[in-house]
Amino acid sequence: MSGLVRVFRSSVGAKALMALTGLGLLGFVVAHMLGNLQIFAGPEKLNAYAATLQHMGPGLWVARAGLLALLLVHVGTAHHLVRANRAARPVPYAGKKDIATTFAARTMWMTGIVVLAFVAYHLAHFTLHVMNPEFSQWQDAAQRHDVYRMVVEGFRVWWVSAIYCVAQFLLGVHISHGASSAFQTLGVRHPRLAFLKHGFGPLVAIVIVLGNLSIPLAVLAGLVGKQGV
Amino acid sequence: MRFTLKVWRQAGPDAPGAMQSYEVDGITPETSFLEMIDLLNERLIAEGKDPIAFEHDCREGICGMCSMVIDGVPHSPERAVTTCQVHMRSFRDGDEIHVEPFRARAFPVLRDLVVDRGALDRIIEAGGYVSVKTGGTPDANLIPVAHADAERAMDAASCIGCGACVAACPNASAMLFTAAKVAHLAHLPQGQVERAQRVRAMVEQMDAEGFGNCTNHYECMAACPKEIDVEFIALMNRDYLKASLAADDA
Amino acid sequence: MQLDAKIPAGPIQDKWDRHRQEMKLVNPANKRKYRVIVVGTGLAGGSAAASLGELGYHVDCFCFQDSPRRAHSIAAQGGINAAKNYPNDGDSIWRLFYDTVKGGDFRAREANVYRLAQVSNDIIDQCVAQGVPFAREYGGLLDNRSFGGAQVSRTFYARGQTGQQLLLGAYQALARQIHAKTVTMHPRTELLDVVVHEGRARGIVVRDLVTGKISSHAADAVVLATGGYSNVFFLSTNAKGCNVTATWRAHRRGAGFANPCFTQIHPTGIPPSGDHVSKTTLMSESLRNDGRVWVPKKPGDKRAAAQIPESERDYYLERRYPSFGNLVPRDVASRAAKERCDSGHGVGPGGRGVFLDFQDAIKRLGRDTIAARYGNLFDMYHHIVDVDPYQAPMVIYPAPHYTMGGLWVDYNLMSTIPGLHVIGEANFSDHGANRLGASALMQGLADGYFVLPYTIGDYLARAGNSDVKADHAAFQAVEREVGERIKKLLGVGGKRSPDSFHQELGRLMWDKCGMGRTAEGLNEALARIPALREEFWRDVAVPGTGDTLNQTLEKAGRVADFLEFAETMCLDALERAESCGGHFREEYQTKEGEALRRDDEFCYGAVWEFRGVGERPALHKEPLTFENVHLSTRSYK
Repeated sequence: MSGLVRVFRSSVGAKALMALTGLGLLGFVVAHMLGNLQIFAGPEKLNAYAATLQHMGPGLWVARAGLLALLLVHVGTAHHLVRANRAARPVPYAGKKDIATTFAARTMWMTGIVVLAFVAYHLAHFTLHVMNPEFSQWQDAAQRHDVYRMVVEGFRVWWVSAIYCVAQFLLGVHISHGASSAFQTLGVRHPRLAFLKHGFGPLVAIVIVLGNLSIPLAVLAGLVGKQGV
Repeated sequence: MRFTLKVWRQAGPDAPGAMQSYEVDGITPETSFLEMIDLLNERLIAEGKDPIAFEHDCREGICGMCSMVIDGVPHSPERAVTTCQVHMRSFRDGDEIHVEPFRARAFPVLRDLVVDRGALDRIIEAGGYVSVKTGGTPDANLIPVAHADAERAMDAASCIGCGACVAACPNASAMLFTAAKVAHLAHLPQGQVERAQRVRAMVEQMDAEGFGNCTNHYECMAACPKEIDVEFIALMNRDYLKASLAADDA
Repeated sequence: MQLDAKIPAGPIQDKWDRHRQEMKLVNPANKRKYRVIVVGTGLAGGSAAASLGELGYHVDCFCFQDSPRRAHSIAAQGGINAAKNYPNDGDSIWRLFYDTVKGGDFRAREANVYRLAQVSNDIIDQCVAQGVPFAREYGGLLDNRSFGGAQVSRTFYARGQTGQQLLLGAYQALARQIHAKTVTMHPRTELLDVVVHEGRARGIVVRDLVTGKISSHAADAVVLATGGYSNVFFLSTNAKGCNVTATWRAHRRGAGFANPCFTQIHPTGIPPSGDHVSKTTLMSESLRNDGRVWVPKKPGDKRAAAQIPESERDYYLERRYPSFGNLVPRDVASRAAKERCDSGHGVGPGGRGVFLDFQDAIKRLGRDTIAARYGNLFDMYHHIVDVDPYQAPMVIYPAPHYTMGGLWVDYNLMSTIPGLHVIGEANFSDHGANRLGASALMQGLADGYFVLPYTIGDYLARAGNSDVKADHAAFQAVEREVGERIKKLLGVGGKRSPDSFHQELGRLMWDKCGMGRTAEGLNEALARIPALREEFWRDVAVPGTGDTLNQTLEKAGRVADFLEFAETMCLDALERAESCGGHFREEYQTKEGEALRRDDEFCYGAVWEFRGVGERPALHKEPLTFENVHLSTRSYK
């Protein structure tokens, strides 16, 4: 075991840990998005889906614990790496020009922090209902938690939607570097898999941003939740 | 041509440093960048001042001695060259040119633009070789190597050990340097026997030297005078993880 | 000075084998009791230090660069010869031996050259085992190419970076020994003197180039692998740091300096574009495989190459030497270029250049093939000159490149100072008056991997441990001298930089002791060098102090040694009243302008013994006998 710890404390191992946890979290983000997109299928579908998740029982807590663990390792390792990287160049350049790097790559820790803060806000908003305690009272005709109404009402507040939009954009930036970078870090080498290291990140980021943004934008545009459901 | 040079001056390893301004004039476009500094130094010596210390030796782009950052880019903003291969025709008359040493904790400044890159040697010492002794080796043609493998090995082996990758990396990481040697030997049959232990030992040493981590900015490849491919970093990542996870002590 | 070459008896094929049987051995347990100093980490020094470390000796290895990997062997482009006969074109050890003796214009020691050819094959095996990525054929076996002075393809290569790859092989072997702690590496440390006590080399005195600290290192044997002295010309293909200090200092302490006038002017350098130029860059000889050398037939023809029709071009090498054509040896090619330029046919800056043209090869083989063979060289040329050689021919001119002369050594590679061994370019042993292309790498590695590790054992077994330690009075005295010299350099307080003296000396040497030499010119140089030296010590400016990194101080010390050495070099050139190899005395040439060797009077190695600065050194002669290769006029026609 101590050997494993040593591996993941090495620069290559730590990066692999970032990549693996990042890809895990990315998987969650994608699944989460696909689930939520059911809003376009109407209240019945979405609320039923939410109820299914709710009734997973201990499975739900295992999943939550797993996600939390992924997040903690991802954030903890990021913290360790950023500190080490700063220490590696104590005297900065007076003027350094970047040639190959991207905005996304340079801002990973910043977008990461914002996304982390957003996750906290998002949990407080739609899971713990901190700002809107009434959310937990709403039920649909089948006595299920009316998630559909909660989302629609939630996003009708323009500035809440704005926060979501900004956060999704930054999440996209984060993923556009992270998702490709992960495959380089994990040592993907076959030429046929090269797209994983290049186009994949930006592509997945665009899909996620568009998918997730479609919900608040559709609500604000009145395409979802017509007639005050 | 005339130029204004802003050059990092630092009297010794522990002395404070600062950018200093120099005017140079009457430079022909065929003059190389280092020859321009030679001319400036000649003037400084004549004035009884300390000339600018900078590293150079072969002046044909192969020894890897040059270690300056010109206008924010290791070696120079020109692609695929070492500083000694840069000529003043690449600049515009009247340009202000900034010259700094390679910066990294693992590359302490010794004086002006001279840094200590011994860390790179120690990475090689940790395992960047095939452990064969002199003599007793089989006939060279007993070890066939596919043409493509030999070429790829040569691509990696062209590293000149200048450290521009470290200087360019936002994290001052030495992954490209280390990966180049790992990949050179990993592409050859001679390198297979020690492949696993080599990559582990070299990565461990690299970490111990205080280089940063690779976060895939690929600045290293862009700055590399020999355009060493970041694909080799992927190879090293994979070899390292495979070797470490399969190792007995993992 | 006694010159005993210690050549083993017997037929030439058996000399080395027999010698190896007769040499004394140091038993494995005793090896660690011996300390060996190796100075220089090029192909010779790096391979020697690594091999000695592997054997179990305690090795202290020194280089002035920041890393042993940077020695100038790294810049060798074209390749390394070996008598493998892989291409099945009739090569053999004998033929490599023959070509090398002939290529050296019969001024090398037969026995040494034969041994070199013998171990050449082991070198390739060794390097391949280390993982040197030599060029391969599609079947996976090693590829060869042709080089000057041979009619077989025996040159192994790694693109245009053969020296780099071989050096990295040696460097990695050295790194392995540093890791194993058999070798202690001292980078950024410059040898400033050799300590000789009671007729034996005892160690060296060095300066730490970062702290300026002067220190003594004692050993049971000292190995100099410090390269050549082409930088005496200021402009040469050598790295800027290359210098004569180590060998010159050893010479001053009693080591004979042999044939200093044997310098190689490489035919394919890039001509300097002005006074600012700090070094000449070499274009590999391998380019002459496919490039054709020519000048306009009409003197003073200023048209661009493409404008000159085929009928008005003079492919003078093909014309004069039909059987070797563009692949004549370097000395012949250089001289022919000089002759064309002297007669007004030159092109480029100041009419000092000839075309090296690839248009025919590109037409025949296609641009891609040419790019695969020479791409990096073409790029290099493009960078420096700003002309694309795929479009227009290169303009090249001979440039000082390699020095065949060096410290005299016997068959065991030991100098006239017992315990002081000299290997690689620093010695004089194998190339005579002219070195063939791709043979320097071969000699450096032969000495370091396969000769010295045996012969030094024999020396140590016979001489035993040296009882003079680094705190001995002998070391203290030399340390004092070294310190005083540095103080003197710093104290002159003059106006001229060391570089300006170097440049002046270089110009003088190039004019008077370069490609063409005359008694008149050499006498003039011999009159001017002492004056320049005197001016140096009166007017050199070395700012700063001795206890920091001070590159001007380093340079000043090296120039001071060049200023002493240059005199001996000119004297040797004057004394050798014949033309042979790279040494061309204009008074001695045939009607066709070929070198006129005078075997009856000059078939010897000239070995100079130091008698004091400005004093005429004593000349000793090592007669050369040719029992195996018939002493004949070299012809490449």
